[in-house]
Amino acid sequence: MKFDTPAGRNPIDQLKVVGRPHDRIDGKLKTTGTAPYAYEQHDVVANQAYGYIVGAAIAKGRINAIDLAEAKAAPGVIAIVTADNAGKLIKGDFNTAMLLGGPEIQHYHQTVALVVAETFEQARAAAHLVRVDYARGKGRFDLAAELKVAPLTGGDSGEGSKAPPVDRVGDFEGAFASAPVTLDARYTTPDHSHAMMEPHASLAVWEGDKLTLWTSNQMIAWGKGDVAKTLGIPKDKVRLISPYIGGGFGGKLFVRTDAIMAALGAKAAGRPVKVTLQRPLMINNTTHRPATMQRIRIGATKAGKITAIAHESGSGDLPGGGPETAVSQTKLMYAGANRLTSMRLAVLDLPEGNAMRAPGEAPGLMALEIAMDEMAEKLGMDPVAFRIANDTQVDPEKPARRFSQRQLIKCLEMGADKFGWSARSATPGTRREGQWLIGLGVAAGFRNNLLMKSAARVGVDRKGIVTVTTDMTDIGTGSYTIIAQTAAEMMGVTLDQVVVKLGDSDSPASAGSGGQWGANNSTAGVYAACVKLRDLIAQKLGYNAADVAFADGKVGSGNRSIALGEAVGDAGLTVEDAIEYGDLGKKYQQSTFAGHFVEVAVNAYTGETRIRRMLAVCAAGRILNPKSARSQVIGAMTMGAGAALMEELAVDKRFGFFVNHDLASYEVPVHADIPHQEVIFLDEVDPISSPMKAKGVGELGLCGVGAAIANAIYNATGVRVRDYPITLDKHLDKLPVMT
Amino acid sequence: MKPFTYQRAKTPAEAATAAARTPNAKFIAGGTNLLDLMKLQIEAPAHLIDVNALKLDKIEDSNDGGLRIGALVTNTNLAADARVRRDYGVLSRAIVAGASGQLRNKATTAGNLLQRTRCPYFYDTNQPCNKRQPGTGCSAIGGYSRQLAVIGTSDACIATYPGDMAVALRLLDATVQTVNPEGVARTIPIADFHRLPGNTPHIDTVLQRGELITAVTLPKPLGGTHIYRKVRDRASYAFALVSVAAVVQPDGTGRVAVGGIAPKPWRVEAADADLPRGAKAVTAKLLAGARPTEDNAFKVTLVERTLGAVLAEAKG
Amino acid sequence: MSDSGEFEVSRRGLLGAGAASVAVTAVPVGAAAQAPAPVPATTKLGFVVNGKRRTLQVDTRTTLLDALRENLQLTGTKKGCDHGQCGACTVLVDGVRINSCLSLAVMHEGDKITTIEGLGQPDKLHPMQAAFIKHDGYQCGYCTPGQICSAVAVLGEIKAGVPSHVTADLTARPTASNDEMRERMSGNICRCGAYSNILEAMTDVAETVA
Repeated sequence: MKFDTPAGRNPIDQLKVVGRPHDRIDGKLKTTGTAPYAYEQHDVVANQAYGYIVGAAIAKGRINAIDLAEAKAAPGVIAIVTADNAGKLIKGDFNTAMLLGGPEIQHYHQTVALVVAETFEQARAAAHLVRVDYARGKGRFDLAAELKVAPLTGGDSGEGSKAPPVDRVGDFEGAFASAPVTLDARYTTPDHSHAMMEPHASLAVWEGDKLTLWTSNQMIAWGKGDVAKTLGIPKDKVRLISPYIGGGFGGKLFVRTDAIMAALGAKAAGRPVKVTLQRPLMINNTTHRPATMQRIRIGATKAGKITAIAHESGSGDLPGGGPETAVSQTKLMYAGANRLTSMRLAVLDLPEGNAMRAPGEAPGLMALEIAMDEMAEKLGMDPVAFRIANDTQVDPEKPARRFSQRQLIKCLEMGADKFGWSARSATPGTRREGQWLIGLGVAAGFRNNLLMKSAARVGVDRKGIVTVTTDMTDIGTGSYTIIAQTAAEMMGVTLDQVVVKLGDSDSPASAGSGGQWGANNSTAGVYAACVKLRDLIAQKLGYNAADVAFADGKVGSGNRSIALGEAVGDAGLTVEDAIEYGDLGKKYQQSTFAGHFVEVAVNAYTGETRIRRMLAVCAAGRILNPKSARSQVIGAMTMGAGAALMEELAVDKRFGFFVNHDLASYEVPVHADIPHQEVIFLDEVDPISSPMKAKGVGELGLCGVGAAIANAIYNATGVRVRDYPITLDKHLDKLPVMT
Repeated sequence: MKPFTYQRAKTPAEAATAAARTPNAKFIAGGTNLLDLMKLQIEAPAHLIDVNALKLDKIEDSNDGGLRIGALVTNTNLAADARVRRDYGVLSRAIVAGASGQLRNKATTAGNLLQRTRCPYFYDTNQPCNKRQPGTGCSAIGGYSRQLAVIGTSDACIATYPGDMAVALRLLDATVQTVNPEGVARTIPIADFHRLPGNTPHIDTVLQRGELITAVTLPKPLGGTHIYRKVRDRASYAFALVSVAAVVQPDGTGRVAVGGIAPKPWRVEAADADLPRGAKAVTAKLLAGARPTEDNAFKVTLVERTLGAVLAEAKG
Repeated sequence: MSDSGEFEVSRRGLLGAGAASVAVTAVPVGAAAQAPAPVPATTKLGFVVNGKRRTLQVDTRTTLLDALRENLQLTGTKKGCDHGQCGACTVLVDGVRINSCLSLAVMHEGDKITTIEGLGQPDKLHPMQAAFIKHDGYQCGYCTPGQICSAVAVLGEIKAGVPSHVTADLTARPTASNDEMRERMSGNICRCGAYSNILEAMTDVAETVA
C-alpha cells in the first residue's frame, strides 16, 4: 500500500480496540518467566556448547602473538576462535569497528577470542588462560584536545536526526551582534551506555551451509544482511530469530560480537554454540552514546523574540564513524530569522560511538533547553512564556513547509497548569524545606517522526483466528500488543482472537525497532496487509468492498453477514503487504512534542539532588495503547533522570577506555531515584503520518527531560551547572553556606 | 573462575585447620564479594571452606553490657535485631545504607568486614594494580579516581574501603574476635583490623593465614543520637562518596567516623573533642594531611558539609 | 599528596601505558608459581526447587543461577550482570530473597528454592504477577522475574519489621509506604524504567493483602 495522501476515515478510527489501554498480550509470559530470550532456547536444538569472549586489553595497537596452548588443554574446551583461524571477515554496513579484532586492535575490550567449551564454567576458566601479547599503539582519547583539530562534519543518526557540516540561514553573526539580549554558553554531555538489562546474547546453529541465530536484536532485516556480509555467505543462508529482547535502546540495532562469535564458534565446534557478552565487557566492547561539547548562542529582542540562534557541537568517534547530531533539533525547534548550526567530528580511539535512544536530540536538548532557561532569565521572562513566544508552526529554515501537527504550546500550557508551575519562584535558591532546597524546572521535548517501509503477513483461519507475522521486534515497546490491537480492529475480532508472531527473518521485513518509528510504521504495515485481506475476503464473498464491515467476528455487507472463519473457508486466507510512503514526509515536517516539568530537592549541605515530581505532556499523534505508550514515556523520563544526575562513562585518557564498565560503577537510576511519574497525552491524530494517524513516543519522553531537571536544580540552588551529569561535586562549593 | 575443591566445615577449629593445611584456601560465607571477584579471577582460591554451618549466627548479650555478634549473622538480621536498633542505631543505619536487600540477606558480619575495594582499576584485570598484582603499579593514580581515597593512601595505592557497616563498628569501638589454626583466640580492636596500604596494599587486614573471624563484639551502649549519613550519586544501591557515622550526646559531645574517603573506616579520636565546635573544626582534624586527587578533592568539602548536616540533624 | 610522590606514581602509570609491548593475561602474576589447577570438581547436590525435589551433579563453580538456568533449564531467573549489580537473578531461598548469581549451587544442599516459575504460571498467576500486568510494571521483561520475586519478598520483610534506609524510627514497625518500597526495591534495576508502575503494582498488592 502506498501512503501518499493524508489518511481519510478508516476502520482504525472506530477505536474499538486501538487506542485503548489493553494489558500487554505477552504479559503473562513475561511475568512468569516463560518468555524465552536468546540465551534461553534450550528446546530448539540439542547439544549446545558455551562460548566465552576474551576482550582486548589495550585500546589501540596490534596483537604480536596469541598463545592458546594452555587454554586448548583446559578441561572441556572444544574450540577457540581468533582472527588467526576465523577466516576472512568483512565489516558489516552498520559497524564501525570489526566485531573480532586482530591482529589490529581498534578499541578496548574488542573481541580477540572466543573459547568454546562443554560448560559455561569451563569456557570461562579457559578464557582466562588465553595469553595475548600486544604491541600497544598510540591512541587519541581526549575529546577536548582532539576537537581543536577536528574538521566540520555533517551526519545523520539514521534515526531522524541529521545536519550538514555547517548550515546557515540569514546572517547569524550580524543579528547576534546587534541583539540587545544575548547568551553565549558552553555545555558538555558525557558518553552514555545503553546498559540494557539483557546482555547481548546469541545461539548459533549451522545446518550445512545455513546459519540460524537466535539473537537479541532490534532490527532483524539489517542484522540478517550484516551477518551475511560479515561472514561472507549469501543472505538467504542466514536466519535470525529474536522473539524477546531484554532491552536495546539502540545498543542492539546492529549485529554485535555475540552473534558473529557464536556463528564462528559453532562452525569451529561443529555443534550449536551460545554466547552471552559478559557484563563487564559490554560497555567497551559495544557501542555508546558519544560525549558532546556544545556551544549555544541566542540573541533576542527585549520583548523576548529570538532573532539569532546558533548551535555548534563537537563529538568524537573511531575512524569512519559519524558525529553525534546534537544540533539537529535546533534547526526546527524555535523561530528566528538568523540561524547557524555546525558539527565537528574528532577521531578518537575509544569504543565505537553510535545510536542510543534519541541520538542527537537527547544530548542536543540537554544543552539547548538549559540555554533557553538561561535566556528566559536574562530576559526576565518566565521560561514557559519564552518558549511559547518563540514557537513556530513552520520549518524555520523553509517557511513554506508546515509541521503536520505542532502542539508544543498546548503541551507547555497544559503542563504548567497541571504541575502547578505558578508556584515556582522566579528567584532561584529561595524555596527551602528543612535541609532541602526546592526547585521547579521546565523544558520542551522534540523528536522527529520517521516513515519507514514495513511489511506484514496477515491470515485468517477457519476458526476466525487472525495471525499476524512480521519480523518486527518487541524490545519492551509493546509491539506484540499494538500489532494485535491493529489486526483486531481491522478484522473485527477481539484481541484474544489474534496471534502475533514477531522477530523472525523468514517473515516479511518490518520497520524494526529504532528511532521511535516502530509503532507507527509496523502497525501501518499490518493495516496495509489487513486492508488487502479485507478486500480479498469481500471479493471472495461477492460483497461490495466499499461497504463491507468487519465487526464482532463477522463480515457483513448490507443485510448479509457471515462469520469471519466461515468467510475464509477451510483453507483460510493469508495475504502479505507493506506500507510504503510517498513524499508526505518531505512536504510536511513530522515531529512529536512534549512539555517536561520537574520538581527537585537539592540538599543544601551535601548537594545531592532527589527528584520529587515529574510530568510529561506529549503530543505524538494517535496513541495506539495509552498504557504501553505511557510506559515508554516514563521509562524514557527515567533514562533522562539518569543522564541528568548520574550517568557518565569515565574516560581514562591514558589507556583509552571507559573505566566504570559494569553496573555497579556506571550508575543508572534505581527505584529510590524515581518518584511517581505523570504522563498526559494530548488528544491528537495526525492523518499525514500514516493510516494509523500515529507517531512515535518511545524517545520523546527522553528528549528535554534532562534539561528540565537541570533547570529545576538551578531554580533550587541558584547555581548553574552546564556540565552533565549534575553530580553534587559540580555545585557543592557554591551552595549557600549552612550555619 | 578457576576450579576449586569445596568442603563444609562443622566447627571453627575444623575450618581454621583446613585453611592452614590447604594451599590457597579461602573461607566462604555469604560469598557476595568473593564470588564476584572469583568470576573475574581477581580471587582464585584452590579450595573453599564453607563456614555457614559453624553456628556463629547468634547475637548475644555480653558480660560487660555490650553485644557479641556471631560472625555469620547476616547484615539483615543484625540491622533488624531489636537490641541493635535500640542501643546501636548507627550500626543498624549503616548496614541498611549499604548494598541491597538481597545482598544484605546473604552478606555476613565477618564477610562484610573483609569486602575488598571497589576501585575500578582493581576490578579490571588488564590494568596495573598493586593491590591485585603487587609491584605492577597503581593505575588509579593519574587515572579516574573520583570514588577513591583522599587520606591514608600511599604512592602504591589510593583505593577506598567500600563498606558501611565497618564505619559504624569503628565509631562504636567494636572488637573482632578470631581463632587461628592452633585454636588460639585473639581480640583485634576494629581500629587495627584494616591496614593502610603503605607499600603492601595487597594486604587488606591484619588477619593471619587460616585465622577465622568468630564474632564481633560491641561495648556497652553509648546512648545519644545515632546518625549514619551516606552521600552518593544515586539514592540507593551505590557505594558512598562520603559517609558519616556519628553518636551525638545532648550536650553536643560525641564521636564521629567517616567512610568512603580512606583505605579503612576513618576515625581520628582527637577530632571528636571538637564536635561541640562544629563541622569545620572536626574536619580539619579528621582530614589533616589529606592528599586528594583532582577528581576527588570535593570529598574534603563534602566531609565537612555532610558532618554539618549530621550535626544539624542531631540538634533536631 | 606531595609533588614528588605524585610525579613518581604518575610516571609509573604512564610507563605502563607507553610500553612498546605488554603481555597481558588475566592470570595474576603469582599464580603461575602455584600448583597446577585441579580438574573441575563436581559434587552431588540435592535441593527442592518450586516444590520439586531435584538432584544434580554440579561443578563446584556453578552458581545457583546457572544451576537453575542451564542445568534445570528454569530460565525465568535472569542473568543481567552475574555480579550482584542488577537483581535480575533474584530468587527466594527458604523464603529469603537473594542474588542467585552470587551464590554457589553447592551451598544450597537441602534448601527450598522458589523461582518466578514457582510463584505462578500463566494460567495461575501469583497476585504480584497479575498486578504487574495490570499496572504495566515491565517493558522488555528481562528484569521482571527478579522484580516480582523481590516485590513479594519486600512486602514480607516490611511485615516482619525489617528496617530500611528510609525507616524514620528504627524502633517502630515500618509500613508499606511508597518511600519504603522504593528503597527496598532498589537492588532491582529496570533500565526500561518501569519503576513508577512497579510501585503501583506493589501498592495494589500491599493494600489487598493488608
